[in-house]
Parts: sequence; C-alpha cells; structure tokens
Amino acid sequence: MDGPATGAPAVNGATLGLPPTQTAASGMPLTHGLAGLLLLADSRLPAGGHAHSGGAEEACRTGAISGPEDLARFLRGRLATAGRVAAALAWSACEAAQAFSRPDKESREPGSPASSGQARVADPETAWRLLDAEADARIASPAQRLAGRTQGRLLIRTARRIWPSTALETLARAVPDGAHHPIALGVAAQAAGCTPDQAAMAAAYTSVTGAATAAVRLLGLDPVTVHRLLAELPYDSVIAEQHDWSALPAHAAPALDLLAEQHLRTEVRLFVS
Amino acid sequence: MTKALVRARAILRTGLDDRGLTRIETIRSDPPLTLRQTAPGEVHLVSTGAGPLGGDHLRLDVEVAEGTSLTVRSIASTLVLPGAGRSLMEIHVYVASGATLVFAPEPTVLAAGCDHRMTTAVTLAADASLFWREEIVFGRHGERPGRCHSRFDATAGGRPLLRQEFVVGDPEADGSPAVFGTARCVGSTLITTETPAEGPKSEPREAEVAEGVAVLPLAGPGTLVSALAADAVELRKRLSWGESRVSVQAGSPARATVGLRPPASRFP
Repeated sequence: MDGPATGAPAVNGATLGLPPTQTAASGMPLTHGLAGLLLLADSRLPAGGHAHSGGAEEACRTGAISGPEDLARFLRGRLATAGRVAAALAWSACEAAQAFSRPDKESREPGSPASSGQARVADPETAWRLLDAEADARIASPAQRLAGRTQGRLLIRTARRIWPSTALETLARAVPDGAHHPIALGVAAQAAGCTPDQAAMAAAYTSVTGAATAAVRLLGLDPVTVHRLLAELPYDSVIAEQHDWSALPAHAAPALDLLAEQHLRTEVRLFVS
Repeated sequence: MTKALVRARAILRTGLDDRGLTRIETIRSDPPLTLRQTAPGEVHLVSTGAGPLGGDHLRLDVEVAEGTSLTVRSIASTLVLPGAGRSLMEIHVYVASGATLVFAPEPTVLAAGCDHRMTTAVTLAADASLFWREEIVFGRHGERPGRCHSRFDATAGGRPLLRQEFVVGDPEADGSPAVFGTARCVGSTLITTETPAEGPKSEPREAEVAEGVAVLPLAGPGTLVSALAADAVELRKRLSWGESRVSVQAGSPARATVGLRPPASRFP
C-alpha cells in the first residue's frame, strides 16, 4: 500500500482529506469509466466480435500458427501493428466524441486547450468521415476493411441501445456503411463514460483476444497457456496520446493482409475473418 | 572513425518545354545523392558514396509539374550501414494535375547494426498518376538486419490514400506470422487508379492473392501490391506479377497505369 502512495502523493485522496475513491486532479472517482471499459472489452458484449479471428483461422489452416510459441509471436506482431493502429484510432475517436459532447462551444474552438485534433476544425459528421478515411488509408486489404466495417456497424448498433449518445448518432449518420471498428469503439467508449486511454486499451486488447480464443478453438490449445500469453502482452506500449490524425500510427502487417485475403477465398471457414 | 556526418539535399523538378514535352527543369545533386538524366524524362539515382551511414541525413525533393511525366530509378541497391547514430532518408514528392511519376529504385538493404529511418510524403493532385515501388531487404546474405523504421504517406486530392509504416528489427514484430512471417524482404507498389466514385458505375475492383503477394484495391483511387519473399529476386518477381494484374483488372476505363508499367525486359 505504501508504494503507490509515496510514488504519487498528489493524487492520493486520503492525504488531501478526500474520500479514498476520489482523485484530487479530476474529481472523478478512480473507478471512473472502468465499468464501461469492462463491458466493452468483454467478449460477451453482443456486438459480433466472437465471429472474427483476426487472421488467426487462416494462419492456423496454413500452419503459420501450430502451437503456443507461434501464437505468441502472432499476437505480439498483431498488437504491435494492427493493435497499435486500432488503439490510436480509438483514442482519437473517444477524444473527439468528448470534445463534441462538451456543452460549451468555446471548448471546440481552435487553439482552445480542450480542442482535439481535427475535430475542432470541422462539424462532427465531417470529422467522423475524415477519421474514417484515415482508418481506410491504413488498411490496404479490402477483406480487412470489410471485416472492420462490419464489426464497427454491429458495435454502433449495439452501443446506441446500451449507451445512447449524440456522438454515436452522428457517427452512424456520417458513415452509414459502418465506421471502422476502432472508431466505433472509441465513440462507444466515450458514451460509456470511458477516457481516451481506456478506449485505446479496449482496442488494443480486442485486437488480440479474438485471435487468441480462435486459436484455442481451432488447435485445441490449452486455454490457460493462451491466457497467460494474453496477460504477458505489452498493451501499454501501443497506447499513446494522439492529436494530429494524419500522423497517427500506420504500422502495416503484410502477412495479416495476405491471410485476410486468402481467408475470404477459403471454402470452409468457422470465422468471418 | 571520425567520418563527418553527411547532410545532403538533392532536388529534381520537371517542366514543359516549348513543344509541350517534359524537360528536367532542375536536377540538383548533392553527394552522396547524385542524379543523372539517362533519357528524356528519366533520371537515375547514382550513389556516389557509401551508405547512408548512421548519422547521415539525406533528403530528396521531387516535383513533377502539370502535364509532365518523370521516371526515377537507381543504378544499384542502397546499402544502409551502421555509424554514429541513426541515419535518415526523407523523400518529399509533389505530383501536379495531369502529371505522372514512376518511382522504382533498387531495394534498400539493411546491413547488420544499422539504425535507419525512412520517411516518404507523396502529395498527388486529384488527377495525378503514380507508380511507386519500395523494397526493403532484411540484411545481406545470411546477415541479421539492423533496425529500420519506414513511413510512407500518400494523399490524393487532399484525402489520405495510403499510410503505412514498417518496423524491421523490432523484437515484438520480427518473425511474427502476423507481420513478416519467415520472409527476409518486404515490398510494395502503389499504383493510382481512377476514383471509383467517378465515371459510369464500374465493377468493384477485386483483390487478388497468390503465394506471398496480394493485389489490394485501396479505399481511395489506388491499388497496393504487397509482397513478402525470401530474397530480393523472388520479391521483385512477386511484385511484378501483382503490378501486371493491376493493369489487367482495371481494364474498364483503359488504364493510364498500363503506360506506367516499366518495360518487362528490365523488370523480369
């Protein structure tokens, strides 16, 4: 208990006479957004995420993944590339949704400390289309763009009913075919009360969990071994504050592109992607 | 070991001559980046010095003026070597309306111990044409590569067309079946195509995939050929196959990129 307290005395509510669940900095409970994060990252969220293996099914079929060691390398590479890009998009989407939902118009004006990235220069619908185009430019494979939009559309449909929000409505209007999944996730996260960091964490986490559980099912791997792999992944390393949408990470994974396109052309498939 | 760090900036610009043909307006070499005109509208990069070595900062600016066409190739592959710190190669490109750029240099080879950064920013006017090939080889024969981080950004008509980064020599991604697998080279060719939204309802462009190579129609007006291979020869073969598919499949509005194709004799 002493460690964190001495490391960060300023945010230790107890030393400031605040209730122990409050931070001094934001006035927000320390658990702020956590319930939303857990619900969004849960594979039981009825948004169709379980139907996607993120290339793992094809990698198992071709023998590129045959055991826990291959799977560990697959997951690390996926997190460092697609996961990093998804985290950045989710962070940006959540932050823009926060900016748009602030009651005072002031905070959206350029130059204001609260203004966010390109969100400040455009009306919400234009901004969503712009961020969605930035996602498109980072996903070369049409199969992956299709899978990303399908998952995004389902997530928006689900999230609108769980956490109704203006930002989810404008996103659905701006990108009727379904925004890319990380963008939908970022906006849903804001609606669920999450911070941009939490949105990015949910995106990083869900970028690997689908592939991991798919491999368990397809190869009959020990689920505990695979969960240990998931526990050891460096999620924090792919999450960073982002402001210039054009400069967001764009880490490509050529093998994932090949796997996604091959998978679409494979006759017997358990997963959509 | 007291080699001075190199700072070089080479510039290449085209213009139209009296007869409306492309002429090379500016060709400013800055060793080790040396430019030689080898044919009308064609320039070769000739490396007049080793490297880049760690610590070197090289920059190439290319501007293709309205209605002109330019082809840039190189004489040999670029060998990136270690040195004092990180080396940087940045390329800035503008292709104006109605202009065409073919950029197809030989591969970049990452020698052991190198620490290299490559950034390319391509700005295309709405109706500019581009053929851009980039190949990275992970070390010379039997060599473990150093580190390289490349970023490629292309916008067309002010909209993002393709943004992609590769990191080689990162323990998180190296050898990952999700990233490069067992490949020792990665390459891609970006070829612009007409905006899908324009013109009469055209057939949606289909992706194609073969061993180690995919032809990927982008969301914007372009197609990316993306390949992985065990060696540079196989990589070029795979990319060339993909490049040839782009002109075939885009047959509907007779492809401008057909004319962009490098002669088969030179690109087996």
